[in-house]
Amino acid sequence: MKPPAKMSKPTSLFVIFFSLFVMSEAVFEDQVGKFDWRQQYVGKTLFAHFDSHSQSSKKLFLATDKNIFASFNSRTGELFWRHVDKAGPEGTIDILLLHGQDALMVVGGGRLLRSWDTNMGGLNWEAVLDTGSFQAACFVAMQDTVKHVAVLKKAAISLHYLTNGHQKWVENLPDSDTVQYQAVYSGGEEEVYVLGVVPNSHLTIIAYSLEDGEIIKQRSVEAPWLSSVESSCVVVGHGVLMCVDTATLALYALPIQSLDLEVSPGFQPVLVSSQPHPARSPISEFFLQLGPDHHVLLQLNADGYTIAPLRDFQPAFLVSFSTTGEKTVAAVMTPKNETVKKKKNVACAINLFSADSGRRLLDTTVIFPLDLNGGKPFKLYVHAFLKKDDSVGYRVLVQTQDHALTFIQQPGRVVWTREEALADVVTMEMVDLPLTGTQAELEGEFGKKADGLFPMVLKRLSSQVILLQAWLAHLWKLFYEARKPHGQVKNEVTIETLSRDEFNLQKMMVMVTASGKLFGIDSKSGSILWKHYLENVQPNAVFKLIVQRTTAHFPHPPQCTLLIKDKDTGLASLHVFNPIFGRKSHIAPPALPRPILQSLLLPVIDQDYAKVLLLVDDQYKVTAFPSTKNVLQQLQEMASSIFFYLIRSDQGNLSGFRLRKDLSTERIWEVVLPTEVQKIVAVNGKRPNEHVHSQGRVMGDRSVLYKYLNPNLLAVVTESTDAHPERAFVGVFLVDGVTGRIIHEAVQRKARGPVHFVHSENWVVYEYWNTKSRRNEFSVLELFEGTELYNSTVFSSLDRPHLPQVLQQTYIFPSPITTMEATLTEKGITSRHLLVGLPSGAILSLPKMFLDPRRPEVVTEHSREENLIPYAPEMPIRTEWFINYNQTVARVKGIYTAPSGLESTCLVVAYGLDIYQTRVYPSKQFDVLKDDYDYVLISSVLFALFFATMISKRLAQVKLLNRAWR
Amino acid sequence: MASVSRSFLLLSIIPTILILCADFACCNTGRKTGDGLDTDFSGFSVPLEHSFEVDDVSRFRMRGALQLRGGRETSVSLSQSQLSEEDRNNLKEVAAVDGLYKIRVPRVSLTDRQTERQMDGYLTAFVRACSLVESHLSDVITLHTDVSGYLIGVSIVTIPGACRGTEVEDEVDLEAFNTTLTIIPPTNAPQPETALFIERMDIEHEKRGKPQEQKSFFAKYWMYIVPLVLFLMMSGAQDQSGVGAANGGGR
Repeated sequence: MKPPAKMSKPTSLFVIFFSLFVMSEAVFEDQVGKFDWRQQYVGKTLFAHFDSHSQSSKKLFLATDKNIFASFNSRTGELFWRHVDKAGPEGTIDILLLHGQDALMVVGGGRLLRSWDTNMGGLNWEAVLDTGSFQAACFVAMQDTVKHVAVLKKAAISLHYLTNGHQKWVENLPDSDTVQYQAVYSGGEEEVYVLGVVPNSHLTIIAYSLEDGEIIKQRSVEAPWLSSVESSCVVVGHGVLMCVDTATLALYALPIQSLDLEVSPGFQPVLVSSQPHPARSPISEFFLQLGPDHHVLLQLNADGYTIAPLRDFQPAFLVSFSTTGEKTVAAVMTPKNETVKKKKNVACAINLFSADSGRRLLDTTVIFPLDLNGGKPFKLYVHAFLKKDDSVGYRVLVQTQDHALTFIQQPGRVVWTREEALADVVTMEMVDLPLTGTQAELEGEFGKKADGLFPMVLKRLSSQVILLQAWLAHLWKLFYEARKPHGQVKNEVTIETLSRDEFNLQKMMVMVTASGKLFGIDSKSGSILWKHYLENVQPNAVFKLIVQRTTAHFPHPPQCTLLIKDKDTGLASLHVFNPIFGRKSHIAPPALPRPILQSLLLPVIDQDYAKVLLLVDDQYKVTAFPSTKNVLQQLQEMASSIFFYLIRSDQGNLSGFRLRKDLSTERIWEVVLPTEVQKIVAVNGKRPNEHVHSQGRVMGDRSVLYKYLNPNLLAVVTESTDAHPERAFVGVFLVDGVTGRIIHEAVQRKARGPVHFVHSENWVVYEYWNTKSRRNEFSVLELFEGTELYNSTVFSSLDRPHLPQVLQQTYIFPSPITTMEATLTEKGITSRHLLVGLPSGAILSLPKMFLDPRRPEVVTEHSREENLIPYAPEMPIRTEWFINYNQTVARVKGIYTAPSGLESTCLVVAYGLDIYQTRVYPSKQFDVLKDDYDYVLISSVLFALFFATMISKRLAQVKLLNRAWR
Repeated sequence: MASVSRSFLLLSIIPTILILCADFACCNTGRKTGDGLDTDFSGFSVPLEHSFEVDDVSRFRMRGALQLRGGRETSVSLSQSQLSEEDRNNLKEVAAVDGLYKIRVPRVSLTDRQTERQMDGYLTAFVRACSLVESHLSDVITLHTDVSGYLIGVSIVTIPGACRGTEVEDEVDLEAFNTTLTIIPPTNAPQPETALFIERMDIEHEKRGKPQEQKSFFAKYWMYIVPLVLFLMMSGAQDQSGVGAANGGGR
């Protein structure tokens, strides 16, 4: 047994050594969730189903526009599981049907049919469907058991077994080039009906035999008023097709007017019906929506020809059917009190009505408050159940326009709310929290003008009394809560208790989502502190969030401005708000009648310490915001030194402008990249809040290589229009934004995008796809002035005649990436890391040291002195560099970094489908004492030394005295 | 159309300018373009215009002519006239109010055939007029081309570049431009250096000396295994014989 032991010894040693190294980099197990949090989202709900399989089920199933199929715990709103499919049209969920334990899904425009086990969320089976665009699908039942699912495509219908997805039969639809088949229906008989329409001509109904797909019947009904089955017809009762004629406002054959119903002008009536079980025909009651807030419950009489109105609901926002056992109920949402104009206490009431009689069920009213800063209710999902006393109870899921989901239980309790708008964060900023009241009190003392000695002393004393009071209160709280178990002492974060912590690690995350909802999130806990829904934001809007005034200017509140720009027209509007409380500012933003081309934040501040925002319109006129007299005067003085650039990527045109005294502009430089050769894909300047601590790098021979730190430098990335792998290229241009001088122009041959790049300090890192070697590559460009600085005191683009030295190196990266950002710290002393979002959901913290064009190919004495890593063509990915361990961020879209009060610490937020917040320490925590720092040892050593000196001093005295006596 | 007629006009002017030429800047970068072989190497000329006005409204006038030569070796030279008395005074005035001195060249392609060379639009750059005056008209003009030989940008700097407010006494200093002209094609970004790295690794391996040949497990540890097997066999044989004896005894 000796030899193997001998062998394993060095390896085990190596393993131990390696694991030590790993531990020193990564997060300890007990640190998980201490500094970081993750929130998972699913997106805007398209289909929602309650699990009605068993009475006590807590499951809720959702399919969303982000191609996600998810299951929630309906008691808490937490995710049970989530399946993230491919983004884009390939993964679109066309329909979600639920039957018993099976959830049927058609994916990718009719590409795949999937069956999921709703219990565990596992895939039962997946069947590839024939090509053709998806139209409709439904369950088909035979003798009360659901065994098949019918899928209707544009030109074919197929029937699949529910158990294994195998195709039972597939039939081509007759005349599919003229008839638009739009609906499929089965009422539990041996037939499957397909409904097609020739717009404004006739309706085609085909009945297929369930057994072999043979056409049993085929009928054509004259319907010159019908244009779409999907939007205007439903099946009601025993196979009666109910259609609403939008042109003449007629229902079926009966004119609506004969029922004394008035349709509000300009509204297309909508029918809502319900088929509780696929084996049975739909119920004969149905809703007709006549206006935005007007619904009528109608009943088709048994003879199948006459319709009787059961109840008129006005006002009523939303209606929905729900069935439990044999009872079908209709839920109706109405505004609670009609003080809508007052905008106060807007609440909604939901009532349950018996479907067959239209009578209101007792004790079923649920009142829930509508969030003033949220959207209007959009859809209602009701889950009714029978209580023990045979009365009907229910739960409601309300979807609002801002994609939020609210779950309500009787009696009017909001169980949970999910802000699904956060699944699509567009841009964000982190804002410092304000000082506490006491700190502000002290600060305010210095801000005010001195008014005599005595009041000043009084003020000082009073503020110190307040401080003492706060401290005592804090002590008392500590004392009082000392006996409580640790878990219970949970400091609920509210807007009122928000205050900056010692090291400014806790900040307010202001997030802008694509739906137009703004959120203020506490970075420490991840709780949403405020939200604000901007209505009438176009779906193709572009957002830019600008912090005009930070929290540092007490008593002026911080101020953020959101520029919302329509992508097509270029017309923009401004939303000015307080980032801490989310309240809209009373400052009126300027009217912007013309399309906006560019916005720039100047370092100029007005008398209220707000930075000036300049907006350039398509006539190159400039609007300033705020535009007080003070600001305009400052602008006039500085006009000749305010330069800005415009980029028109469609024309390949980069041009520079200078401001004139009358706030008009003049074009001063122009660079044109011909669009037939290459197109501009991205332009990136440097972050204005970035600090560079070191002006140069000390080389091995003790000389200094100075960095080229041009704050006006732009990195312009282009891609060739020629996509041939041999001729494709990626161009990187470094252009001075003031003078338009091309500082460097590099061409990466045989490369194509998507290009991700970071521009910071004196370097640009970009990533591209190498078409020849078929791999991802990283390239780094660094700019140096050389060993002497041209002008060491100040940098001016106008006075820097010599071009910098440019060094570049390229590396192979073994993974594609989705986004990239660099860490940012308070003073820029800490070394930089690149944060790379990978498609796997991991976030890699890659030391910039590995991306250094001065990495030597041959190691020399000097390079070793400089601590340069020898060049290796491949960039490693070490698992301990993943800052989010197993907390993957699905579809990571952007990474935001912000400095904290500690130089070593950088706050990181990764967003995409999920939001993940953490801290990174690129150079370890050099300015923080460790958690396990031995205070006892150090103080005991100190005391021991102190006493030792005392004793030895005494002894020395005695000795001296003795010697003197001798 | 206007630009075309201007260039015709220019062609007729060139001989006269060449005579006047007081200052001649030239450069030649060893750029190689493979796809420009069939074009004529005769070169062509485009105007270099400048504008300096007190009111900062651009009014471009002829400063000189750029002789561009495409093809295998791209080269450029500039012939330009002296500044007139009026221009000198004007420039000084502009410098006094911190105005801009702008230059522009038309967008051209160095590789395409003559007819397609000219595209509409100009490339513009500027420098502070005061720095031009203080540097006694010594400027550096750089032309940038893209991969297919289109001119994409022009830049002008003066050496020295600063404005210190020193008065230029001598009128003679402002008569002729002292221009350095360069044309810069894009640099090729490096590819990952795999070949060199592998070579280096090989050398390192050789330096370390050849690693010991991979012996098989048995070849390495036969001295331990053989005694062990022998020992096991011996003990096993003993056991078996013992068992056999016992069995035998039982019968």
